[in-house]
Amino acid sequence: MKINLKIWRQSGPDAPGRLVDYSIDGIDQSQSFLEMLDTLNEKIIKDGGEPVAFESDCREGICGNCGLVINGVAHGEKGACTTCEVRMRSFQDGDTVTIEPFRAKAFPIIKDLVINRSAFDRIMAKGGYVAVNTGSAQDANLLPVHKDAAEAAMDSAACIGCGACVAACPNASASLFVGAKISQYTWLPQGQVERSTRALGMVKQMDAEGFGDCSNHAECEAACPKEISIANISRMRREYTKALFAEQGS
Amino acid sequence: MNISSLQPSSVLKKLLTGITGLSLVLFLIAHLAGNLTMFAGPEVFNAYARFLHHFMHGMFIRFAEFGLLAFFIVHIWSGISVQLSKRKARPSRYAYAGNAGGPSKKSLHSLNMAISGGIILLFVVVHLINFKYADHDAIGTMTLQDGTVAVNVYKLVVQTFQGSFLLVLFYMAAMAVLCSHLMHGIWSAFQSLGATRPSTIPFLHATGIAIAIALAVGFFLLPLMVYLMRGTFDADALPAAHAEHARNLLESVIRG
Ligand code: HEM
Ligand code: FES
Repeated sequence: MKINLKIWRQSGPDAPGRLVDYSIDGIDQSQSFLEMLDTLNEKIIKDGGEPVAFESDCREGICGNCGLVINGVAHGEKGACTTCEVRMRSFQDGDTVTIEPFRAKAFPIIKDLVINRSAFDRIMAKGGYVAVNTGSAQDANLLPVHKDAAEAAMDSAACIGCGACVAACPNASASLFVGAKISQYTWLPQGQVERSTRALGMVKQMDAEGFGDCSNHAECEAACPKEISIANISRMRREYTKALFAEQGS
Repeated sequence: MNISSLQPSSVLKKLLTGITGLSLVLFLIAHLAGNLTMFAGPEVFNAYARFLHHFMHGMFIRFAEFGLLAFFIVHIWSGISVQLSKRKARPSRYAYAGNAGGPSKKSLHSLNMAISGGIILLFVVVHLINFKYADHDAIGTMTLQDGTVAVNVYKLVVQTFQGSFLLVLFYMAAMAVLCSHLMHGIWSAFQSLGATRPSTIPFLHATGIAIAIALAVGFFLLPLMVYLMRGTFDADALPAAHAEHARNLLESVIRG
């Protein structure tokens, strides 16, 4: 099949960018979207051009590295999947596809479609962990966790930190990411000790990174490859409010 | 409580928008209930207005007005600051805007909250000029059945709406905009307050839309009916004549 592409090209962080037209023939429907871009890059290299920079690692939907805005939708229109899971069979022969990077001030563009997501790492560093002593693992049954709590914690922990929530949000808010990361610990005994400092610290860092505020559009949940619910954002707000009134050290 | 954390964070701003927004909605429900007494005629409506102004020696209305003003200001400030953050957070816009569909609640209503809010603000100013700051001495009074004397606000409302179809249209348009603001606003406020769970989100979203429509239709009806039903809403009507007309109107509606 033949695909027409409009791809965002930007040579460096501060360089101006623009959409460039490409056309590529002989694409197989069973190819993945990223394989289609690989094919395009081989052609560009053969013609002596600069290949399109884009990111990927696992190519099976678990690392969260890939992330493109395809026809205005983060990770494409299929829903509940990452860009690497998008197949060319979801397009028609002759389609024109626009590919842009995730756009947010807090995710500066490095080159073309590659963005810097280290803002998420800095948020995680403010409480997205449990400060336990390392050493030999204790017996798992010493810390009973209700089945429902374990399930709920896992639903939040399914977040792979890809940043599609930010890309999809009309306000470029990181609320879904931060909500999921705060939520996952609320269900578990290990998460209780740092519960308040985590909520306050992560929200503060989220604001400092320059993400926008949330308007409850719920577009993030729709774009999330792991279908993380906006109920996590609601929980983040409860945790934050409780933390405001909590004594130090609780 | 940790004071440094009281600098309005993004979460705190949402709490403020939500609390003030929901309080304003509660006010609207009470205001609508009060306004609908217009249909019961001048006696009931004027008595209701008199009650509001004399309850707790007039302290109640002053306190309520002050609270409303404060809530309005906080709501506008927090709402607008959310909108401003959005420009800063995405300096370069997408060339192609799409919708992910599914559970998304992004809509023209949710995207244009600042515009609908701005129109509501304009409406509130016009509305206050029309009624609160109208010349109350000029309209005269009415002696209620229990002998107390009340300002004839009924007459003021009837004269205002019957005097200008353009004004009636403006009121109706403003109510459509209010409807749009609240179709996203009501459910959104619950989400902002952290009062939602995965299972309640679809219910709250649907209920919010229903309340928004009910409120808007309620407010929408009054100016329109007053304008159209000149026989029923007569500025100089005696209470009994109004009741008679209202009963006839109701009967004809019931008979279809
Ligand atoms: C005076 C003009 C008004 C302006 C400028 C205004 C502005 C806004 C804005 C910009 C938002 C969206 C905030 C966001 O993006 O999250 C909002 C939300 C909301 N507004 Fe208004 N508004 C106004 C009047 C009203 C009135 C009169 C009511 C109630 C009857 C109301 C109820 C709400 C509610 C319930 C929300 C949702 C709160 C939330 O998401 O947390 N607004 N308003
Ligand atoms: S490349 Fe790992 S999730 Fe797509």
